[in-house]
Amino acid sequence: MSDTTFSLNLKIWRQESADKPGKMVDYKIDCVDEHMSFLEMLDVLNQQLIEKGEVPVAFDHDCREGICGTCGCMINGHAHGKDSETTLCQLHMRKFRDGDTLYLEPWRAKAFPIVQDLCVDRSAFDRIQAAGAYCSVHTGSAIDGNSLLVPKANAESAMDAAACIGCGACVAACKNASAMLFVGAKVSQFALLPQGQIERKERVLNMVEQMDAEGFGNCTNEFECEAACPKGISVDNIARMNREYIKAAATKAD
Amino acid sequence: MSNILDSKIPDGPLADKWDLHKAKLKLIAPNNRRKFNIIVVGSGLAGASAAASLAEMNYNVTCLCVQDSARRAHSIAAQGGINAAKNYPNDNDSIFRLFYDTIKGGDFRGREGNTYRLAQVSNNIIDQCVAQGVPFAREYGGVLSNRTFGGAQVSRTFYARGQTGQQLLLGAYSALMRQVNRGKVDMRPRREMMDLVKVDGVARGVVVRNLVTGELERYAADAVLLCTGGYGNVFYLSTNAKGCNVTAAYRCHKQGAFMANPCFTQIHPTCIPVSGDHQSKLTLMSESLRNDGRVWVPKKKGDDRPPSQIPDSERDYYLERKYPSFGNMVPRDVASRNAKVACDNGQGVGASGLAVYLDFQEAIEREGRDVIEARYGNLFHMYEKITAENPYEVPMRIYPAVHYTMGGLWVDYNLESTIPGLFVLGEANFSDHGANRLGASALMQGLADGYFVAPYTVAAHLAERALPAVSTEDEAFQAAEKGVRDRISKLLSVGGSKSVDYFHRKLGLTMWDHCGMARNEEGLKKALKIIPELREEFWKDVRVLGQGGQMNQELEKAGRVADFLEFGELMCRDALNRKESAGGHFREEYQTAEGEAKRDDENYRYVAAWEFKGDGKEPALHKEALEFENVELTQRSYK
Repeated sequence: MSDTTFSLNLKIWRQESADKPGKMVDYKIDCVDEHMSFLEMLDVLNQQLIEKGEVPVAFDHDCREGICGTCGCMINGHAHGKDSETTLCQLHMRKFRDGDTLYLEPWRAKAFPIVQDLCVDRSAFDRIQAAGAYCSVHTGSAIDGNSLLVPKANAESAMDAAACIGCGACVAACKNASAMLFVGAKVSQFALLPQGQIERKERVLNMVEQMDAEGFGNCTNEFECEAACPKGISVDNIARMNREYIKAAATKAD
Repeated sequence: MSNILDSKIPDGPLADKWDLHKAKLKLIAPNNRRKFNIIVVGSGLAGASAAASLAEMNYNVTCLCVQDSARRAHSIAAQGGINAAKNYPNDNDSIFRLFYDTIKGGDFRGREGNTYRLAQVSNNIIDQCVAQGVPFAREYGGVLSNRTFGGAQVSRTFYARGQTGQQLLLGAYSALMRQVNRGKVDMRPRREMMDLVKVDGVARGVVVRNLVTGELERYAADAVLLCTGGYGNVFYLSTNAKGCNVTAAYRCHKQGAFMANPCFTQIHPTCIPVSGDHQSKLTLMSESLRNDGRVWVPKKKGDDRPPSQIPDSERDYYLERKYPSFGNMVPRDVASRNAKVACDNGQGVGASGLAVYLDFQEAIEREGRDVIEARYGNLFHMYEKITAENPYEVPMRIYPAVHYTMGGLWVDYNLESTIPGLFVLGEANFSDHGANRLGASALMQGLADGYFVAPYTVAAHLAERALPAVSTEDEAFQAAEKGVRDRISKLLSVGGSKSVDYFHRKLGLTMWDHCGMARNEEGLKKALKIIPELREEFWKDVRVLGQGGQMNQELEKAGRVADFLEFGELMCRDALNRKESAGGHFREEYQTAEGEAKRDDENYRYVAAWEFKGDGKEPALHKEALEFENVELTQRSYK
């Protein structure tokens, strides 16, 4: 449709599987259309590779509308690329210029081992969730929804935290590969709501313990996570988690 | 009508059916539940809620999903909300009214009994989600907030900004992960179900492919729950996630599960229009936007002035003009069809002429930009990301796109398919939405099935049937695995010249042209000729690179497209058979003088359930008559 097509030099991390060595491989792609999403550009590259008989580049993706949190890679050192509040699937090629050279790498973190090419294993996030990010309420045992009043401001703040898509960009962007924005957001959602009060202490203690066990680093207040977060999750959530943790640790015998 | 299909709808007054039925369902005592294993395929709203609920009851659950985490199932992308008959806004809503709106919205092609039960349990769903910590929108007094969705004249939709599906799924996922922590759910992500295993005619397990290692794995159980979503990606371009597919359901169909009403597909009216040949998927803009957005096109054909320069008097607000009672909130099928009519008439806007405006100017003037931003901020943000246009300043351009599939595997009132022990939940089954689903009802159905229906009916299956012990070493499992292995080898060994996507796009175009928003006999017959040819070409000329024994995304796609190439034919066959228009199934030959869908209640008041008869053979049609004892069948009117 558009007559504004251009070319890019891509340098992409290729790695057949976790136990094999990987390397950067050069690709040149023409006919990039400004209306394409970044993933559609990779689709076009893969079609060209298939035509040439080369194995296409593996990358994780699913909803392609910025909500499932499946996609993501580093573009020239920036998680999901340089655009703010954007997932890779919502990054459009109009943000790039003819002749740009782009280095594409998978998320880099000890706790996110590489599966293949740009795909990584983020199951550590699931294990942190399983450690306590829930209210223990069996199906069928709930009271009427309106019998629990929630101040609008709390509901809004809880929703701000709950908007996390679990993509892992915060970890990839952090020099310490810290997961504290992800964990902080989940701890905050429950800490802000009346439903979360009963298990408030054990939740934060258990989740932080699991976070450490997975090999994520600590926060040193660089705030790269907030800058990279496609959903604009605030580092205030890390501060809240720290407060929750200290309070819980100090009073856990109660 | 069929003697084979027993819907098991209980006798008795509509409002008592579910209670009477539950009272008769057999139970498994708490201390015996740990002796039973249940497989749940899929971890969306239906799968996660069923797996969590069954594990809470102490069954041993294995949950499989294709995504890298259970939290990423496509339910996550649902935006606008979830319906319930709470009547919190005091606008005279009730369970009956929600039931009636849903059955009417489905153009009287759904089951009364199922739909009423859905409305009944809707209130429990909201309570359950609130208790889990789902951050629903609230009023200043702290109570839950509601908004309106299409096809209703009450505000019964609960929401969490424009991310309701995400928040409900994360709620169900949190319940699921709690059971993982307890050791009651064995969660297996990056697994794709490749076939169902039956022993003595009963569903007893699955063969799956580990998408990381490429290894085939066998799982045995006492019941299999299929919660694998819809088949909208048969059209290639849809609002579905790229991974959505029909494979699990279609494999079960080939094993004997009947496929019901596959031609009932929903085209959603408000999606971002196609921008070029590279397009890989379409993005939905929530129906909730129609609460405040006004749909219009220029009155004059080919009017290419910018929208701001077209005065009000030269705009056609066609939904408000044609349907004054419901205005912009008509059901999806009606809104979509009218957008098509306007564009076919040369009034479409944008570069392609295949778009209409959704305009917020009046709402922003009336409510203020802050209010509109609070309601739809994330949707406006998403629109701007994709189109580089600011919808606060220029109207959105939208066009209909494939979104949801009402058809699916046939199930009885217990959600059990024609294969005993195989239950089908959520979008994967056919049962609750008739020929058109109302907005905010998919989330309701997924969670109703998973939290409140399957936990009771699956127990009855376990209690009533003698289920001898099975092992994954049994012959049935070995044979199923061999079949899967052979098929994978076949896909890898074709060594042709064209990519999987080439075939998928071609199939998608054929489906859109001939089995899309409008269908006719000639087009459907043409599609029924094209699809088998395309399928033959696929098996001769597809190129799938890489190995089977490792992660191989092309191989994954190839298996799914191979199934779509068979399933698409079944859809067209069903559409050809149904010589009436109903909901999303619009046969051009059958319309009223005003261009609305014209049903034929005398001849087509039935569920079309198709039985697989073998490769290359015509499927057999079985009909389940639809009985309406509580509503009067009328020509649907939203005027």
